[in-house]
Amino acid sequence: MFDTLSDRLTSVLQNLRGKGRLTDADIDATAREIRIALLEADVALPVVRAFIAQVKERAKGAEVSGALNPAQQVVKIVNEELVAILGGETRRLRFAKQPPTVIMLAGLQGSGKTTLAGKLALWLRKQSHAPLLVACDLQRPNAVTQLQVVGERAGVQVFAPEPGNGVGDPVDVARRAIEEAKHAQHDIVIVDTAGRLGVDQELMRQAADIRDAVQPDEVLFVVDAMIGQDAVTTAEAFRDGVGFSGVVLTKLDGDARGGAALSVREVTGQPILFASNGEKLEDFDAFHPDRMASRILGMGDVLTLIEQA
Amino acid sequence: ARSRSAFGQSLLGLLGGGDLDEDSWTEVEDTLLMADLGTATTLEIIEKLRDQISSRGVRSADDARAVLRAVLVDALHPSMDRAVRALPHGEGDARVPAVVLIAGVNGTGKTTTTGKLARVLVADGRTVLLGAADTFRAAAAEQLATWAGRVGAEVVRGKEGADPAAVAFDAVKRGIEAKVDAVLVDTAGRLHTKAGLMDELGKVKRVVEKQTKVDEVLLVLDATTGQNGLTQARVFSDVVDVTGVVLTKLDGTAKGGIVFQVQRELGVPVKLVGLGEGADDLAPFEPGAFVDALLGVNQ
Ligand SMILES: Nc1nc2c(ncn2[C@@H]2O[C@H](COP(=O)(O)OP(=O)(O)OP(=O)(O)O)[C@@H](O)[C@H]2O)c(=O)[nH]1
Ligand SMILES: Nc1nc2c(ncn2[C@@H]2O[C@H](COP(=O)(O)OP(=O)(O)OP(=O)(O)O)[C@@H](O)[C@H]2O)c(=O)[nH]1
Ligand SMILES: [Mg+2]
Ligand SMILES: [Mg+2]
Repeated sequence: MFDTLSDRLTSVLQNLRGKGRLTDADIDATAREIRIALLEADVALPVVRAFIAQVKERAKGAEVSGALNPAQQVVKIVNEELVAILGGETRRLRFAKQPPTVIMLAGLQGSGKTTLAGKLALWLRKQSHAPLLVACDLQRPNAVTQLQVVGERAGVQVFAPEPGNGVGDPVDVARRAIEEAKHAQHDIVIVDTAGRLGVDQELMRQAADIRDAVQPDEVLFVVDAMIGQDAVTTAEAFRDGVGFSGVVLTKLDGDARGGAALSVREVTGQPILFASNGEKLEDFDAFHPDRMASRILGMGDVLTLIEQA
Repeated sequence: ARSRSAFGQSLLGLLGGGDLDEDSWTEVEDTLLMADLGTATTLEIIEKLRDQISSRGVRSADDARAVLRAVLVDALHPSMDRAVRALPHGEGDARVPAVVLIAGVNGTGKTTTTGKLARVLVADGRTVLLGAADTFRAAAAEQLATWAGRVGAEVVRGKEGADPAAVAFDAVKRGIEAKVDAVLVDTAGRLHTKAGLMDELGKVKRVVEKQTKVDEVLLVLDATTGQNGLTQARVFSDVVDVTGVVLTKLDGTAKGGIVFQVQRELGVPVKLVGLGEGADDLAPFEPGAFVDALLGVNQ
């Protein structure tokens, strides 16, 4: 139904090749199209606004290169700005100087935390670590069983002293998990927590209590790539409620543009560490800002054009 | 209802001659965009609002707000039939249960909705059987079985990795034999982009239909979903002919505005909303209340 961004831009700016400098009108017309593309990609409105303002600012001073038409010129700037915000280089996991390294997962219901726990565990195990998975979701029906199955698939131990389904105290489990890890010589502890809403103050408090109990080296905010405008509100709520040091984007194997990557990164300043892209435990990768930039804009072809120019 | 932009309280600025000032138009546009209506739908709503404000000669900010509310409610087609078809067919020996299929992408709340819907039916004096046709996700069948125990329904499940269509078939067969009123079939989450998994879902439905018709196919959409929700709805509808939408997680800050496009495109109503993780957190979809929450009107 929607034309690609490149189609739309080309139609807006067809006859402008060969001008020496971008006019304000060129820039405005292009900016309008990019605004729509970003909104259609679910980038949050306040982030779109700030971003477009930044791009316009840069575009105004730009010389038109002989090979690029104005649309391409602006797109090139947009792409560079996107990559810059998304983080030019991937940050690696931070390990504790004194093991165990503790990684806590937090996020909305159904975002992919438990699956990610298994993915991280498998990935780390393959790098000769000995992770321990900790079942601190004692709320969602059979979350504990799910983590046990996932742990088995990943070939790692699961610390699940409480049955869950409403029974047991997650903060207590978290505390005991650290003892267990030291005792059984696990160098990494991955804490799975229950899904919670940003507005649920009681559960947010619980997340903060779990955090205080385990003193994590990383708190990863797990966010579904299909999320829309709510990304900002939710990211802010988790930032303020529990705090996080990194982001993981899940379900990238779908066709959502994933504008949340930009929103969350821009609003919280925290880097995106990993991309989760499938239901299987191997479907997991480091996050690549450049791929994400062209995905958000839906303009792989324009980038190729620019590269070839 | 909590919301960031307390639109319901804000003062829309009026210009003379039935128009709003620039800031007010921006505010309306922002409210709609931030609720995930999408750019095209937002523009359409604004056009309609413009027409109505000038043709009705709106005089106060309250009137303007009322017109906006009406335009939005109207865009949700309030006259659509939103009843969930979960009552048995036929009499006596010929009686067969209603069959409801629950589908959607990963993690939207399908299993939870299945449990909640069973609760509503059981509370209404109906007998319900749950079919655990998610044989893929870790502990999915256990999760559904826990729900079955919680709400007082029977459950039919297969082994992990079993053919989901076979489990669904068995569940419906058992439901017919046991003369229950409704069989609710929970399916695995799947992204609409995965052709193999979508074929599998189509097969689940076809195989069930060898015994009796599927009365209702509910697409479970997460209210946090952005513009991708429309694509999801399209593809699921192509494969299993969706008859109703369930909008979950409306207890959070997300507004769920993608349903404007989904309803229009599919011609199928949102029937239920999920308002929490508990067994009783399921409610009928009411366009008026939905729009009020979207606009941040506190009641
Ligand atoms: N396609 C796809 N599915 C995923 C991905 N990550 C997780 N899932 C699926 O998403 C659903 C929810 O994943 P979970 O790991 O249970 O999510 P959660 O955040 O632990 O959920 P709660 O504990 O209920 O809050 C499951 O069906 C997973 O298989 C992914 O990257 N791609
Ligand atoms: N706050 C809130 N949470 C919900 C609601 N509906 C479901 N959940 C939660 O969302 C998470 C996922 O729910 P499930 O029912 O497992 O989702 P699903 O669609 O069956 O997931 P898969 O089978 O893995 O695709 C769980 O933590 C549920 O408790 C709702 O209306 N509000
Ligand atoms: Mg979980
Ligand atoms: Mg499920």
